Amino acid sequence: MPTYQLNINGESRSVEVSEDTPLMWVLRDNLNLVGTKYGCGIAVCGSCTVHLDGIAVRSCALTMAQVEGKSITTIEGLSEDGTHPVQEAWKEVDVPQCGYCQAGQIMTASAFLKNNPNPTEDEIKDAMQGNICRCASYTRIYKAVEIAANKLA
Amino acid sequence: MSTQKTSITFSRRSFMKTSSLAGGGLIIGFNLFNACKPNAKPPIDLAKLNYNDFNAFIKIADNGAVTIFSPNPEVGQGVKTSMPMIIAEELDVAWKDVYVKQGVLDTNNYTRQVAGGSQSIRFGWDALRETGATARQMLINAAAARWGVDPSECTTSEGVISNAAGETLSYGEVVNEAANLEIPEDVTLKEIKDYKIIGSDITNVDIDKIIKGENLYGLDYKAKGMLIACVMRPPAFGQKLESFDDADVKAVDGVTEVLRFGDKIAVLGKDTWSAMKGKKALKAEWKTDTKLESTEDHDKLLLGLLDGNKFETLREDGDIKKAFAQADKVLERTYESPFLPHNCLEPMNFYANVTPDKIHLVGPIQTPEGTAKHIAEVLERDFEDVHLEMTRIGGGFGRRLYGDFAVEAAEISNKAKKPVKVVFTREDDMADGIYRPAIKYRIKAAVKDGKITGYHLKEAAINSNMYGLIPNFFPAGAIENYQVDVAKYQSNITTGAWRAPYTNFLAFAEQSFFDELAEMMEVDKIQLRLDLLAKVKGTTDERIQYSPERMEKVIKTAVEKSGWGTKPEGVYQGFVNYYCHNSHVAEVADVVLENGNPVVKKITCVVDCGIVINPLGALNQIEGGVIDGIGHSMYGDFEFKNGVPQATNFDKYRLIRMKEAPIVETHLMKNEFSPTGLGEPTLPPAGGAIANAFKAATGKRLYKQPFSNYPELLKGPEKEIIG
Repeated sequence: MPTYQLNINGESRSVEVSEDTPLMWVLRDNLNLVGTKYGCGIAVCGSCTVHLDGIAVRSCALTMAQVEGKSITTIEGLSEDGTHPVQEAWKEVDVPQCGYCQAGQIMTASAFLKNNPNPTEDEIKDAMQGNICRCASYTRIYKAVEIAANKLA
Repeated sequence: MSTQKTSITFSRRSFMKTSSLAGGGLIIGFNLFNACKPNAKPPIDLAKLNYNDFNAFIKIADNGAVTIFSPNPEVGQGVKTSMPMIIAEELDVAWKDVYVKQGVLDTNNYTRQVAGGSQSIRFGWDALRETGATARQMLINAAAARWGVDPSECTTSEGVISNAAGETLSYGEVVNEAANLEIPEDVTLKEIKDYKIIGSDITNVDIDKIIKGENLYGLDYKAKGMLIACVMRPPAFGQKLESFDDADVKAVDGVTEVLRFGDKIAVLGKDTWSAMKGKKALKAEWKTDTKLESTEDHDKLLLGLLDGNKFETLREDGDIKKAFAQADKVLERTYESPFLPHNCLEPMNFYANVTPDKIHLVGPIQTPEGTAKHIAEVLERDFEDVHLEMTRIGGGFGRRLYGDFAVEAAEISNKAKKPVKVVFTREDDMADGIYRPAIKYRIKAAVKDGKITGYHLKEAAINSNMYGLIPNFFPAGAIENYQVDVAKYQSNITTGAWRAPYTNFLAFAEQSFFDELAEMMEVDKIQLRLDLLAKVKGTTDERIQYSPERMEKVIKTAVEKSGWGTKPEGVYQGFVNYYCHNSHVAEVADVVLENGNPVVKKITCVVDCGIVINPLGALNQIEGGVIDGIGHSMYGDFEFKNGVPQATNFDKYRLIRMKEAPIVETHLMKNEFSPTGLGEPTLPPAGGAIANAFKAATGKRLYKQPFSNYPELLKGPEKEIIG
C-alpha cells in the first residue's frame, strides 16, 4: 500500500493506506481523529466536514491524492482548547441534542464565517443547508452562527 | 433553604445503600427504576446486597466534590444533564461542583436502564429527589452528631452545613462519618419555591467534548485487536441466503476473514474502509422464502382491512351504530402514512468481544438490559457473563431500542473468536431497518342537532397496532358513542417503535378530522375542541389519560400567544392540540404562500409537561420535536418494491434541513405538577398543525403523508434536495 504525507492540524502525518481510502476513514481509523463523523459516505449530510486549505469540504468523498500536500484542519485542530468563536457560540447557545453532527456543523460554519464575517440570514441558511441535524436543532445552529459572526466581526 | 419543608416517608428506603470509599468519601447506591415501581417490595436482606445490585450512584469525595453516575442511556434527550440536576438540587450542592459520569463500566448487574417513551424523568422524579435528600440528611446527621446538636437545627446551602450557633462544616468534612450512619427513615424534600438548580438553564454536560470532537460515540470506540465487520444481509425482506462467493473479497487489502452466520455474511477487516470495500466485492445468491411485498400491496391490504370487519375493539362507549343511524350528518375520512426509517445520524454499530469467561459489549443502545439478556440467550451463555458499557448515542428515535446490531456483533465475535465492531453503512442502516410501520386510519363522526354524537376510529397497520392507552386519549370521554377498532397485517418487513409511536401519525389524522368536522358543522374550530373538553371535566372514567383542565389551558394559551385569528392577510394558521407521553401540547402553524407554494414560517408551541427541570434542554427537545415532526410529515417517504427499500441514502431520502425549519416560539406552562416527558410529545402535533394551515392557505385538505407528494402544494425549489 502506498504511503502518503498529510498535513493535518499543522502536523505532518504519514499514513499507509490504499489509494481509494477516503480522507474521513484515514482520519478516524488511522489517525484516531474521531471528531470527523461518518454519516452518509456520499457527501450529502455534512457530518464529515473538514477544512482543506481553509475551505469546507466533505472528507468522505476525498481521496489521498486529492488532499496530499494541502492543509487539512479537523474539529480537533480548529482551536487548541475549544475556544474558537464558533465553538464558544455553540456552547453559549447549547446547540447539541445527540451531538453527532455538530463537529461537521461547526466546521462548515467556521469556514463560512472566515470568508463572510457579516452574513445575512439567507447567507447563513445557504451555508448551513448542506449539513443535516437529525435531531433538528436547526434553530439553535442558526442562532449560534449568528452569535459567532458577531464575535468574529 | 426555607424552614417550611415537606416531610415525606418513602417505603422504598431499602433500595439504597451507603458505604465508605477506600480513598475517603461516601458512596450511595440506589435502584432508580426498581424504586419507581409503585408496589416495589424491598429486597429480602439489605446487608447482603453489594454495589453491583445498584444502577445509579452518588459519590461525595472528602474534598466535597460530587460525582453523579447517570444510569440512563443518553440519546440526545438530555437525561445525562437533567437527571443529575434533580439529585444535586435535593443534595443541595452547587451545580459547578458536580461532575456527571455515564453509568459504571463493566458491571453484570447494571439493570433497569432504558431510554424510551419519554419516561426517564417522569419515572425518576421521586427516586432522584429522594436519593439526593437522603444523602443530604445523612451529611446533616453527621455534622449534628459532631456538634452535639439536633439535626433539625441544621441547614444546608451549596454543600455547607450550618447550625444555629453559626458554625459551619462542608460536606467533605463530614462525609466519612456520614458513610457509617444508618440510612434515615424519612427525608425532607425541598419546596418548589426553594429550587436553585431545577428550573435553571444548565448546559449539556458533554458540551465541551462535543464541540471539540472528542471520542464519545459507539462509532468512535476502539479496542486492542478490534476488527471491523460489515455485514451483508438479504437485500429484500422475504429472502434467504442461498450461497455466496468471496473470491474477490479476499483480494481486498485489509480484509481478514469472511464468515457466514444465519442468512448473513460478515466481512471482517482491519479497518472500516477495508471491511466496506470487502463487502462490496462479495457476491451472493438469494432465494425467496416468503412473499416479496411492495408498497402497492400494503396499500391494498390496509384499505381492505379498513373496509372489512376483522377488528379488535380497544374501547367501546355507548352505541356507535345507533349514533350513525340517527345522525343528521356523517363525516368519514381516511388518512394514510408510509413506513419510515429512523435514520439516526450515527449508523447502527456495536462492539463485542466474546471470550470463554466474558462477553464484553460496548456501544449505543437504548435498552442495555434487554439486549444483554438476548445476547446471553443467543450465545447460550449465563447473563452474568455479559458486561455492557453504554456510549453516548448519536440519535435513537426508537431504532436503538432493538439490539439486532449488538446481537450480530456478539455472534460474529463468537465465531471469529476476535474483538469485533459491527458497523452499518448508511445504506445498511436505511435498508436493514426496523421501521415505523405503514398505518392507515379511518375516522367517522356522527352529528345530530349540531352535536357530535358518535366517533369511530379504525386503524389498519402493518404488524402491530396502537398501544392500549391511546384509545383513552382525546376525544375519549367527550363523545357519548365512541369506539376504537384496530386490525393488522403481518408482514415480513421488520417494524418497531419510531419517535412517538402511533401518535406521530394519528395526531395529524385526528386533528385534521376535527378541523374538517368543524367546517362541516359550521362551528369555530377552537370552540369545537373546547366544547368536547368541557364534557370530560369531572369525569369519573379512570381510563381517561389526559386532563381536560390542563388541555384547556394549553389551548387558550396557544390561541393568545399565536395571535390566532388576528393575523394580517396572507398569513394562514393551523391549530392542533394533543396529549401523548403524559404531556399536553398545542401548536399553531403560520403559513404564507411564496410563488403559490405554502411555506411554514413559524410554529407557536405551548407545552404543559409539569415542572420543567432544565428549560434550556427542554426548549431544545421541543424545537427538535416540532421540526422533526414537520420534516417527516413533509418529506418522509419510504417505499418497497418486491421487498426492497427504494431509498438507501440521503440523496433519495429527504430529511428536513435548515432552510425548511421554521421559527419555533415555545411557551412552557408554569405549574407544580410532577414533570412528564419531552422527547416525543411535541412531534405528533406538528404535522397536523401545518396540514390545517395548508388547508387555510390553499383550500386543499391533505390526507396522506408525506405532503411533498401533493405536487400542486410543492412545486419549484422546495422539492430540491441539496447535498
